[in-house]
Amino acid sequence: MSEATAHHTDTPQRRRQINLPYVGLAPAWLLMIFALIIPILIIIAVSFAVRGAYGGFDWGFDLSGYRQILFNEGWTGEMEFTPQYLIIILRTILLATVTTVLCLILAVPVAYWIAGQPGHRKSVLVFLVTLPFWMSMILRVYAWMIILGKDGPLLRFFEFFGAPSGMTLMYNDGATLAAMVYTYIPLMVLPVFASIEKLDGTLIEAAHDLYGNRWTTLRRVILPLTAPGIASGVILVFVPAFGAVLEPTLMGGGKQMMMGSLIQLQFGGGRNWPFGAAIAMILMMFVMLVLIGLALRSARNEGES
Amino acid sequence: MKQQHDVKRYPGLGIISTVFFIYLYAPLGIVVLYSFNANRITSVWTEFSFKWYGSALNNSALMSALKTSLTVAAIATVMATTIALLAALSIIRGKNVRYRKLSETMVNLPLLLPEIVLAVATLILFSLIGLQNGMVKLVIAHSAFCTPFAFLPIRARLQGMPLDFEEAATDLYASRWTVFRRVTLPLIFPGLFSGAMLAFLISMDDFITSNMLSSGGTTTLPVYIFSLIRAGTSPELNAIATMLIVASLVLATVALTVAARGQRTDAT
Repeated sequence: MSEATAHHTDTPQRRRQINLPYVGLAPAWLLMIFALIIPILIIIAVSFAVRGAYGGFDWGFDLSGYRQILFNEGWTGEMEFTPQYLIIILRTILLATVTTVLCLILAVPVAYWIAGQPGHRKSVLVFLVTLPFWMSMILRVYAWMIILGKDGPLLRFFEFFGAPSGMTLMYNDGATLAAMVYTYIPLMVLPVFASIEKLDGTLIEAAHDLYGNRWTTLRRVILPLTAPGIASGVILVFVPAFGAVLEPTLMGGGKQMMMGSLIQLQFGGGRNWPFGAAIAMILMMFVMLVLIGLALRSARNEGES
Repeated sequence: MKQQHDVKRYPGLGIISTVFFIYLYAPLGIVVLYSFNANRITSVWTEFSFKWYGSALNNSALMSALKTSLTVAAIATVMATTIALLAALSIIRGKNVRYRKLSETMVNLPLLLPEIVLAVATLILFSLIGLQNGMVKLVIAHSAFCTPFAFLPIRARLQGMPLDFEEAATDLYASRWTVFRRVTLPLIFPGLFSGAMLAFLISMDDFITSNMLSSGGTTTLPVYIFSLIRAGTSPELNAIATMLIVASLVLATVALTVAARGQRTDAT
């Protein structure tokens, strides 16, 4: 149907444009193939390569990159189960999930409230939500280093109320989480707001007329109808949170790593490229699984309605 | 009977939202406040002073990092916006284009992958082909991940625009190039502008990829700031942060005003 209407202007004069679209698409394809597809194919190969003697890697087929995730070679050559990297993977899953959930819990009431404001005030509030996103990410993490750091305002506040003097708020998972929620929350509020704003208010009234209380209305009417916004918010927050580097590096210190900071370490100081590539592959596959899962879910929901 | 209440209103949301906005802005406020502290120890307040701004502006490493960032961001923005514009025109306006959906996915691909994966992947590629020039490496990588950010607003703008004006211009014997320059381009300008602004912002802000690819001489601003943070918080860092916060504020206000104006002209 839309195809047919698109063709109605097909005069001979316009038909000469036929090859143009392909010329227009060529730069995008070239850039993405060179800067994305080929590098990803290479990283797959490198994850199976042999660790180079002085960093880097040598071509070959070896599973040591993947084996190292679970096992450590002892000094007599025996394989010993070491959970340290498994813990990093589990921490990544946990922190990224908790970040996404916290962002969602905070974003829904705020977005709902903004959507209910009168016109001019609404656009100002949306602007205020957007604004921190324009500020450098590293500075927003840095702000949390100051707040939670030693001599920081929060620690002073706790000490004033009798917290032990040796107390520290930095270099733990909570600190990483605080910075992650803070840096990614605008990415959740905006799509949820866009979705709530499109909501048909009469449906809420109808639910109320049918004796649905506020909670039931929220659960059975408002949330299902804002599902598309929630889904894009979840993707926008989960994908970068899962691959976070800055927050765990700065807030978690060297001990509380996530997969992103572990990968960075392996390609930087750690100099074990096959292992880093193997972690990157696992990270990538995890994100793909979540994206496919969400896509299937939304496809099923569309099928139902 | 109790006071008639609006069923769409949920109590307590105003309070939650107020707390949310305080949470959003208090950390930035604290950085700004500390930047005026004369004491070397950031959080111990002695007196109000501008001295750290002076020392930040005289910091040659900072200025060189800023220059690198601006250069990379400017080139990457032009490349990403041009590529995104061409792709969007082809995908939305092109006739008989096959693989439309696939092309769109291709352009948006950088959004679907965690940046660290792309960063190490490009690092390996550049080391394999022996590309040494730090600037070239940064520009290629930045152009790639900025393209979807430029593409999305342009596509949205093109999609929401009726073909009428372009057809009218064609009927009046305007050449294809004239139609594009005099009709299409002005109409999609708000989308093009916000796309370019986003690309610029994303490039300026990037840490992960730049940190992976930067070599001596091509340190970008976030990578330099990272090294400062690693060396310990300093009041000079707070001054740098405050200047950047103000710069972002100005940039965001301009960008969002242009976008809002674009929406208004649509409404009329």
